[in-house]
Amino acid sequence: MVNTEHLIICEHCDCVYEKVVLGKHQKTLCARCGGVLQRFNGLTIEQRLALTFTAAMLWLFANFYPVMSISLKGMKNSATLWDSVLALSQGPITFIAMVAAIAIIIAPAFQLVLLVWVLSFALGLRRAPGFNLCMRWLETLRPWSMLEVCLLGAMVAVFKLAGLLDVLPGIGLFALAVLSLMMIRIAGRDIRELWDIL
Amino acid sequence: MKRPPTASELNLCLCHSCGLACDMTDEPHQCPRCDAPLHRRKTNSLTRTWAYMLAALAFYIPANLLPVMNTVMLGNGADSTIMSGVLEFWEAGAWDIALIIFIASIAVPGIKFVALTLLLVTVQRNSDWARRERSKLYRFVELIGYWSMLDVLVVALVAALVKFQALGDIEPRPGILFFGLVVVFTMLAAMSFDPRLIWDQDTSDTISDAEPPAAPATDGAAPDPTGA
Repeated sequence: MVNTEHLIICEHCDCVYEKVVLGKHQKTLCARCGGVLQRFNGLTIEQRLALTFTAAMLWLFANFYPVMSISLKGMKNSATLWDSVLALSQGPITFIAMVAAIAIIIAPAFQLVLLVWVLSFALGLRRAPGFNLCMRWLETLRPWSMLEVCLLGAMVAVFKLAGLLDVLPGIGLFALAVLSLMMIRIAGRDIRELWDIL
Repeated sequence: MKRPPTASELNLCLCHSCGLACDMTDEPHQCPRCDAPLHRRKTNSLTRTWAYMLAALAFYIPANLLPVMNTVMLGNGADSTIMSGVLEFWEAGAWDIALIIFIASIAVPGIKFVALTLLLVTVQRNSDWARRERSKLYRFVELIGYWSMLDVLVVALVAALVKFQALGDIEPRPGILFFGLVVVFTMLAAMSFDPRLIWDQDTSDTISDAEPPAAPATDGAAPDPTGA
């Protein structure tokens, strides 16, 4: 078996390079197709774990506090993320409620649980039980986690309703805003570095 | 133009899950590091991409024709489609919101259909036209993929909020189901396409046969020095 760990393959055109050590804000690009090969990762395991716990708290806030509330002629109503999934689940369109639930609630929750599990063991420079499976799931979940889309959707909804009635953004919306940005940072492709460290 | 050696020339295979360069001498079926299944190219890439994309294209028609939600305000009910939602914002003077919804819901799926068809047809014809630009186009399609979910989530939130019986009530309508299916199927189509197929017929010489070169590092702000 040849040792190939120092090699990196461009996923867009199959070119092979040797890995290099990157400095701050540096990245390497494939000479043939221009795709990104490596990107500088500025987070240590401790920092990433701390951010994951913060994100987990924000997930709780985003899910248990209303994203926004409205009032019309003295009547009030508010909705959480789960309420909006339920609103889609009525009638023949239930399937889309499942997609929405995965995209804005379930996938981010699983990502956070897996990250906490993997990173807690990584603190002691050990691979967590089920490390391979967890890391593969983190890769699978990434494209289906759509919190940033949900954030933009919530803002569009505010404008859509503002013409008809009074709209008040809730704690959930602010939590969602910070959470969606944090997820991009902590659950990105650079967690693959754990394979090399551990 | 000179290029670095490719993985198939060195008998290597990229693991899509952990990024390891796997040695293919013993024809392993799994990545030795993470156990994910190994494929030199994505399985039946072109057929699957065509299938997912045509399915999405079929759903795109009811998604745009059927109403996505029904608004009842003070007793008067009205169905609205995605386009009528855009026009409503436009006429109310909120051109920026109208533009966001138009781009996310109508332009993005449209661009994806055109881009994927272009990629599929050129790959099938073994075209050597603008390979670098086609690679870039594929990365763009991957990037914009899920933003079309925007309208589904807007309808969900709005329908969950406005529940005042006769005074005001908003309900989702079947159009949003088809719209969500378009998003899911175009995402699956983009995931099944293998961008390495664009380069497989590349006949330019390798820089060296033995050792792969070190990847050139560039500063984030600086332009790509090899971009010429």
